[in-house]
Amino acid sequence: MTGRIAELMRALGARIVNNWVWRLGVAIRFLWLTLRESGPSFRRFHLTIREIYFAGVLSLVVIMVSGLFVGMVLGLQGYDTLVRFGSSEVLGTLVALTLVRELGPVVAGLLFASRAGSAITAEIGLMKATEQLAAMEMMAVDPIARVVAPRFWAGVISMPVLAALFSAMGVFGGYLVGVRLIGVDEGSFWSQMQASVDFREDIVNGFIKSLVFGIAVTWIAVYEGYDAPPTAEGVSGATTRTVVTSSLAILALDVVLTALMFRGQ
Amino acid sequence: MMTRKELDLWVGIFAVIGIGAMLFLSLKVANLASFSSADTYPILAKFDNIGALKVRAPVKSAGVVVGRVSEIRFDNESFEAVVTLNVDGRYKFPKDSSAKILTSGLLGEQYIGLTPGGDSVNLKGGDTLKLTQSAVVLENLIGQFLYNKAAEGEGKK
Repeated sequence: MTGRIAELMRALGARIVNNWVWRLGVAIRFLWLTLRESGPSFRRFHLTIREIYFAGVLSLVVIMVSGLFVGMVLGLQGYDTLVRFGSSEVLGTLVALTLVRELGPVVAGLLFASRAGSAITAEIGLMKATEQLAAMEMMAVDPIARVVAPRFWAGVISMPVLAALFSAMGVFGGYLVGVRLIGVDEGSFWSQMQASVDFREDIVNGFIKSLVFGIAVTWIAVYEGYDAPPTAEGVSGATTRTVVTSSLAILALDVVLTALMFRGQ
Repeated sequence: MMTRKELDLWVGIFAVIGIGAMLFLSLKVANLASFSSADTYPILAKFDNIGALKVRAPVKSAGVVVGRVSEIRFDNESFEAVVTLNVDGRYKFPKDSSAKILTSGLLGEQYIGLTPGGDSVNLKGGDTLKLTQSAVVLENLIGQFLYNKAAEGEGKK
């Protein structure tokens, strides 16, 4: 009996070590390699520009439309709650703080992970499966410098821009619903918002959050792609893992960052 | 496949929209332009009780936001709260101005109201306000009210 339990524990431990700890170590070494080989992504910036197009520009529409919808929902829900306390004029504060501090970086990060992260993983994984990466190595082109680093930096650059855009569209959506549809006073909507939203505390912290999420998502995406088993199944599994892992990473990092940034004093 | 020129154009548009969004957030949402932290001067005020005053609470004079609370600490010598107010450099107040802790609305957040005095010399950075009025604590108010009622009852007998 005890032998069986020990066997189970050993299997569980091996799973954790092989699937998590070992992979995390490899991923950190991979990140270091990517950073070391980042020179060409900036010297030949058109490589990165191309990837910013795929990661950032093509995510524009989905980010802007979801930002608008999220802002509108915040306007409706916030008004419904605030009006019970007779303080519907702080609707602007509620919408702006929710978006800038939390929903902007987090929801934009989740959308970015499923829209751009999965695409990066699938692309790199397929390049590996069709032996394009091996062919590059044969031609003495480092695939990390040529393929991985530009995608990594494109993601890191795009993510804060997309998060800012999401927040801005959300505030606009909240304005549309709150002021235009429901009829909250326009002056107090903006002035209450401006009185409570602080540049250093809220905007900059939101920006830092989105930057951290951008690094996490693209790191996971390029690593999963590069590490994918070179088969159709392997690539599809890696793509799924990218979305799941980076969504979890965003939410977990958000807890840590929020605890560090906003302590209510 | 897109040419490099088209790619550059789209990424350029992306950058312009992104910078626009960041400017919108900084200027319209956080109102950075009208109140920058660069040209402020600190003023100290000591209170017996600050109630629920928080760092970043507004400092208002005649209802206009003229600064923000930047630091609150406890002075272990006089057993008072020392509040640092960062006042916008555009606004000058006489040296004998007084500070009150007020509440916006019945349950709203607390802020500091600056009432200008009549001195001809203005406050400088680092000065301490002499006249302050603490926050109204509801429990004390109720206690006082009950005490007064009781005293009235005594008087009638």
